[in-house]
Amino acid sequence: MNTANTDIAPTSDVDYHVDDPLVQGNPTFHEITELVSYHTEKKTPLAWWGAFGIASGLLMVLLVMVAYLFWNGIGVWGLNNPVGWGFAIVNFVFWVGIGHAGTLISAILFLFRQKWRTAINRSAEAMTLFAVMCALIFPTIHVGRIWAIYWTLPYPNQMAMWPQFKSPLLWDVFAVSVYFMVSIMFWYVGLIPDLATLRDRATRKLRQKVLGVMAMGWTGANRHWRNYEKAYLLLAALATPLVLSVHSVVSFDFAVSIVPGWHTTIFPPYFVAGAIFSGFAMVMTLMIVARKVFGLQNIITVNHLEKMNLIILLTGSMVGFAYITEFFIAWYSGVLYEQYAFSNRAFGPYAWAYWIMMSCNLLFPQFFWFKRLRRSVPFMFVISILVNVGMWFERFVIVVISLHRDYLPSAWDYYSPTFVDILTLLGSFGLFFTMFLLFLRFFPMVAVAEVKAILPQSDPHFYDHSGDGQLVDHDLAVSGGEASGERAEIN
Amino acid sequence: MPQIFPRRANYLPAISLIASLGGGVFALVFLWYYFVPSYTDVGYMPDQPVDYSHRLHAGQLGLDCRYCHTNVESTAHSNIPATQTCMNCHAQIKTESLPLVGVRESWATGNSIEWVRVHKLPDYAHFSHSIHINNGVGCETCHGRVDQMEQVRQEKTLSMRWCLDCHRAPEQHLRPISEITTMGYEQPIDFLERNLSRVREENIRPPTNCSACHY
Repeated sequence: MNTANTDIAPTSDVDYHVDDPLVQGNPTFHEITELVSYHTEKKTPLAWWGAFGIASGLLMVLLVMVAYLFWNGIGVWGLNNPVGWGFAIVNFVFWVGIGHAGTLISAILFLFRQKWRTAINRSAEAMTLFAVMCALIFPTIHVGRIWAIYWTLPYPNQMAMWPQFKSPLLWDVFAVSVYFMVSIMFWYVGLIPDLATLRDRATRKLRQKVLGVMAMGWTGANRHWRNYEKAYLLLAALATPLVLSVHSVVSFDFAVSIVPGWHTTIFPPYFVAGAIFSGFAMVMTLMIVARKVFGLQNIITVNHLEKMNLIILLTGSMVGFAYITEFFIAWYSGVLYEQYAFSNRAFGPYAWAYWIMMSCNLLFPQFFWFKRLRRSVPFMFVISILVNVGMWFERFVIVVISLHRDYLPSAWDYYSPTFVDILTLLGSFGLFFTMFLLFLRFFPMVAVAEVKAILPQSDPHFYDHSGDGQLVDHDLAVSGGEASGERAEIN
Repeated sequence: MPQIFPRRANYLPAISLIASLGGGVFALVFLWYYFVPSYTDVGYMPDQPVDYSHRLHAGQLGLDCRYCHTNVESTAHSNIPATQTCMNCHAQIKTESLPLVGVRESWATGNSIEWVRVHKLPDYAHFSHSIHINNGVGCETCHGRVDQMEQVRQEKTLSMRWCLDCHRAPEQHLRPISEITTMGYEQPIDFLERNLSRVREENIRPPTNCSACHY
């Protein structure tokens, strides 16, 4: 035995070298299938209808507001002369930001072999898609002349005119739409084996057919798995740069202009960190509720939540560092306009928004330094919501405060939203939750095949000790019977 | 477990691939042909309240365009003539003609003849006739052979590309000021050199920036 090893070996019972098993309660493969599939097969619960009613009601509010906007023009918003980008752009950046966690979890964490991602990746990716849908609405309705929206696409036309390729607003069109397409492909490819599972379990003819089409003829053959794994890896590699590029490009919308408070080289990394920050917070909010409602506590464990909280702590601190750096650079640059822009943020007429942002984004996540707090589910639920409030206000601060007082004091004005602005924002949550509830009802909300792959039993060496295929010599294997009994109760 | 789909479902991927490719190509061709001004706008020929024939007046009788469209050299808008202009001649010629009832009625009552506009530009595109006429863009260049039209119709697309094609290469289209209203004008062989030197000497620089027309 190595003497160096004995020196650092833990003296207590806790072995810090070994993580807790990712899936707790030692379920069998079949139990995991049951646990997840059941929720798409059972009778629709009344609570789901209730939630769906509220969400689709809000979605109706969105549709009415958008129709009202199209009929009357963007004069119904609170925009004024210096502030030409109001709620619409704030909401756009907010939703795109939220749409970052999904692909980060599924692509980057996949490439880094972070196995804990399997518990949350499916629903995080779905959340990403729905958030990007919400995001895409806002720049679309913001153009004012909605009937000319296709002018943003470069195609040969009778005007002999191309979009302005030098404009970051055009880069945005490409960045966000490519991100949306790759995300939807990635999500769907990941779904195929699970859809096939649902298909095979289906008892009704129609359900079999629909799922059969969606599963694209998946049989679980060795060759299917090999192609699937390869496709998944390639898509992960494709999606990874997109995670970083999308919000970088969104930040260019601001950074490439010359408005004090926008014209900053720190924007791309700062925006990406903020996006991951808010995206993880949204995943937290949704997962904390979903794991409770659907009894997924053994798959999405407190350990998973803690890991996400650590990412929230990290990215929150990065964002906070960026806030402070901006102030330093404003002072250090010696540019009066820059200095005014930042003192106006903290102490001007919108100081309330600035301090909401600072406390929610920089201050509150710091509680996660304490292990007890970052493992407390109610506490992290509150923090996750506060983070998203803070991140919405961050975009408000950047967009509105920078615009309302720029170079020309004679053009200064105060921006306040109208009821249309506020109801449209509310309505976008309606769209988001409507889609998410439909997802929870009809799709396997956890990547069943992937979760099975991280069970200890999937390890090829799991049965090595005896060599006869019998479960021996493994504490997880030994407690198998009891644990599956517990699982049945939760069902 | 029995098969869910019949064997022929195996053709579905191939069929859907071909259908989506074919559908895409079809949609492209369809849009390319039908959704352009050369299909939607060219050939627009509304019925007019009086069957005035440009072929007769401008073609056979040889009236100059500016006899009726008097302001074309001096204002942005090229005017439609007043009934008075018709009556200059028709007070004495064809005074009993049936097709001219509308003109005489307008003359008697003082109500304008409600001519239908043929060449329309969107309200956000400003066009000036005088600047074009005075720099050597002939009537024919944009309106076609009006002297051969029984009833006026739109000959060109009036699309932005069509405007820009000329604004980017005016030497291809200019003609001497004396030939402005000539119909069926044929450019001399050395017209390019002539026009290029004119462009230089007269400093003809048609703008291609947005606010040249959209203001």
